[in-house]
Amino acid sequence: MPDLVTRRPQGLYCEPGDFYIDPWLPVARAVITHAHADHCRPGHSAYLAHRDALGLMRARLGDDAPLEGLAYGETRRIGAVDVSLHPAGHVLGSAQVRIEHRGEAWVIAGDYFVSGAGDCNTTCAPFEPVRCNVFVTESTFGLPIYRWAPQTEVLDEMRAWWTDCARQGKHALLMGYSLGKAQRLIAGLATADVPGPVLVHGAVARLNAAYREAGIQLPEVETVTPETPFKSLRGALVIAPPAVQDSRWAKALGPHSDAFASGWMRLRGARRRRSVDRGFVFSDHADWPGLLSAIAATGAQRVIVTHGDEGALVRYLAELGLQAQAFATEFGDEAHGVEAEA
Amino acid sequence: MKRFVALYLALDASTSTLAKVAALKHYLADAPARDAAWAVYLLAGGTPRRAVPTNELRALACEAAALPEWLFEAGYAATGDLAEAIAYVLPDPEDRLDEPLADWMEQRILPLRALDVAARREAVLAAWRGLSADERFMFVKLVGGGFRVGVSKLLVQRALSEWSGRDAAGIAQRMMGYTDIDTPPTAERFQALLTDDVSGARGGQPYPFFLAHALPGEPAASLGTRADWLAEWKYDGIRAQVVKREGQVWIWSRGEELVTARFPEVEAVASTWPDGTVVDGELLAWLPDEAEPAPFALLQKRIGRTKLSKAILAEAPVRMLAYDLLESEGVDRRHEPMHVRRARLEQLGIATSPLVAAEDWAGLATARAQSRERRVEGLMLKHRDAPYGMGRTGNAWWKWKVAPLSVDAVLVYAQAGHGRRANLYTDYSFAVWNRAPRDAADAEAALEATGGELALVPFAKAYSGLTDEEIKRVDRVIRQTTLEKFGPVRRVRPSMVFELGFEGIQASTRHKSGIAVRFPRMLRIRDDKPLHEADTLDTLRRLMAVGAGGGTDGTEDLADD
Repeated sequence: MPDLVTRRPQGLYCEPGDFYIDPWLPVARAVITHAHADHCRPGHSAYLAHRDALGLMRARLGDDAPLEGLAYGETRRIGAVDVSLHPAGHVLGSAQVRIEHRGEAWVIAGDYFVSGAGDCNTTCAPFEPVRCNVFVTESTFGLPIYRWAPQTEVLDEMRAWWTDCARQGKHALLMGYSLGKAQRLIAGLATADVPGPVLVHGAVARLNAAYREAGIQLPEVETVTPETPFKSLRGALVIAPPAVQDSRWAKALGPHSDAFASGWMRLRGARRRRSVDRGFVFSDHADWPGLLSAIAATGAQRVIVTHGDEGALVRYLAELGLQAQAFATEFGDEAHGVEAEA
Repeated sequence: MKRFVALYLALDASTSTLAKVAALKHYLADAPARDAAWAVYLLAGGTPRRAVPTNELRALACEAAALPEWLFEAGYAATGDLAEAIAYVLPDPEDRLDEPLADWMEQRILPLRALDVAARREAVLAAWRGLSADERFMFVKLVGGGFRVGVSKLLVQRALSEWSGRDAAGIAQRMMGYTDIDTPPTAERFQALLTDDVSGARGGQPYPFFLAHALPGEPAASLGTRADWLAEWKYDGIRAQVVKREGQVWIWSRGEELVTARFPEVEAVASTWPDGTVVDGELLAWLPDEAEPAPFALLQKRIGRTKLSKAILAEAPVRMLAYDLLESEGVDRRHEPMHVRRARLEQLGIATSPLVAAEDWAGLATARAQSRERRVEGLMLKHRDAPYGMGRTGNAWWKWKVAPLSVDAVLVYAQAGHGRRANLYTDYSFAVWNRAPRDAADAEAALEATGGELALVPFAKAYSGLTDEEIKRVDRVIRQTTLEKFGPVRRVRPSMVFELGFEGIQASTRHKSGIAVRFPRMLRIRDDKPLHEADTLDTLRRLMAVGAGGGTDGTEDLADD
């Protein structure tokens, strides 16, 4: 039987269903794993995604975009295949795509979060392993140097830094991607007994609204406006996208310490290049033990590795006795690598 | 060690000088003197000898983390730092060792060197089991001989001064030689840094070196009257300070290492000086009856040897040319005018670097143009009335180097950098054509079909000279044009031409190109140059015929000032 999913110039293609998964060039029918820009691109004639992702996608693609939603576990017949979506734990509405054809099941996981320390993403449906014959996995952090500490420990470090800033009469500017990362930070840090108020950038506030519409409980936080009185606030924590670093927007905060939350902050070199005061290792992607446990839990005998350090993961899986190979994709690969974790 | 690791992390994370000084002062206020002694030693540039060979550390890390060697190496390539890679792959610690830094250094780290492999294995694994990731990082840095941190010695002195209330110049003076590799720090030595005794003239204690700035532009424009300045050749050897006191000689390198035993000829000459004499000068390989010093290559050959045989002493004899007199008759002369200090040197009969006699700036420029033939790097200009300063301060000393030799070369291989440049392709190999391509199509065809008669010949590696922005740009191009990966190295489809500068060029049997260049670095990216207009091996050979100077390869300069 030919492979159910192959790589074409437009993206990963399922021939018996005649659709693409997260294609990077315009196609007739696209199944989208999640709303990050490198997976959800404009110009397709039809989009299918998890229903919680639709609001986020509409914000990116416009109100007229031909979107259609599915619930997790709901099956849709497309062409000669059955397609269903399953939680990936990466961001709101992120999904693994399961495709079944003549008794063979493939799962294209997209980006997913699961960590060796046993954490899961509490701001969306947590990752669920799905049994399959062939598993297509990401490998953004596909090296054994990437092992995430328990999430509570990292949040404690962030809180300690924030407290320290407040004590020095400064605000704390914490930067992270506005879709997904920012909401995890808000959920983890806007709690009781904190040293000051939590504020967010407008871009984060818009996405928070989409989260709340989908029924996710996020703590109430204020949005920064040109009128925000930073001078009279004490020890504020401001959560904003990375683009604000060294901008006029950030200057308006007055005296502040800045920090960046990303899996790439594991690397000292990346931390120093960012030239922020603090780098917190906090990712929405699986770490190395997480990747290995996720792969094992699928029971798949064949694994196809996409974006990231695919070479190392492929070789390691092959040494474990699995049939492993790589797909070259145009998702957030190492060319953006250290600079942009989507 | 916890306290020191916290200090290291604070210094490493911060980009602000104020914050760094604050962190240092906080540490000094907190730490016992014997710990502070080690902290100051390590932060001011002291480097303990490698206690565990790197390949042993790698093998132990693979064992402890249960990883195949290739996978560990892949992680190492991504971090660009062995200590980081080891710290992150090891399993979580089982217990917690919380011992003072001095105990770690003296009881656990320094003794590792003398252990046999099996005992060393036990000791390293035991340490790893008891340390957090950040502490393991520090441990590997300390045992691997690669400890470095983003503070200058000057900053450490400033923190010591602010914390103790003592004058910073006095601390700098007393700190000379503090980081010597063979003299581990103690609480007593640390406290001696903070005494009020300013004589400093005890034992072999040297003075802080005075360093020159590179002259921007032409001297006529910025230095005023020629008569105010003394001009000397800028020799290409090793800057050193020779101390003769109490019947004994000490030779200090610019890096404040005691190197007396490595230069017995210089020691012999200095032992005839009167006690209480301290001279700043240049160590040069110099063959008997030669008018000029030998090329740096010969000196390099000599310093590469651990044992000084009769043969090497005869092949590469070393002598010192004095630049300056810092102390005579046991009196600190540094405040005296330059011309007075020179006169004293000559009176003492010490071989002194000759002045370049040219009436005016134009004449001096003509003299400077002969630098390559004379195997010097250019001229030094020193204000005749200036005192001997400390560090790179003031504007009394200028180096006026000759422009580097340069060629336009093609980037062919790239390797990721280390530390701040980890995960970025920053170390490049450059090639020139074996003959001039006829046109763009000729060059293109040669790149398509390897093994033809027209080819690019790699001849130099360089990793400095680009701005962060330029590095990012080149990094992107490298990732987009990669043809092959070999471990951390990528072969790229040639597309970028760089102007490559270097100080010297020599024939070499160790390089495929048959040519070795000294201190290669990137002068600029030549976006305006198509590939086929890059230079050729013949260009390099012609430069070799002109430029006599230079060493056998592009190793780090030992004492460039």
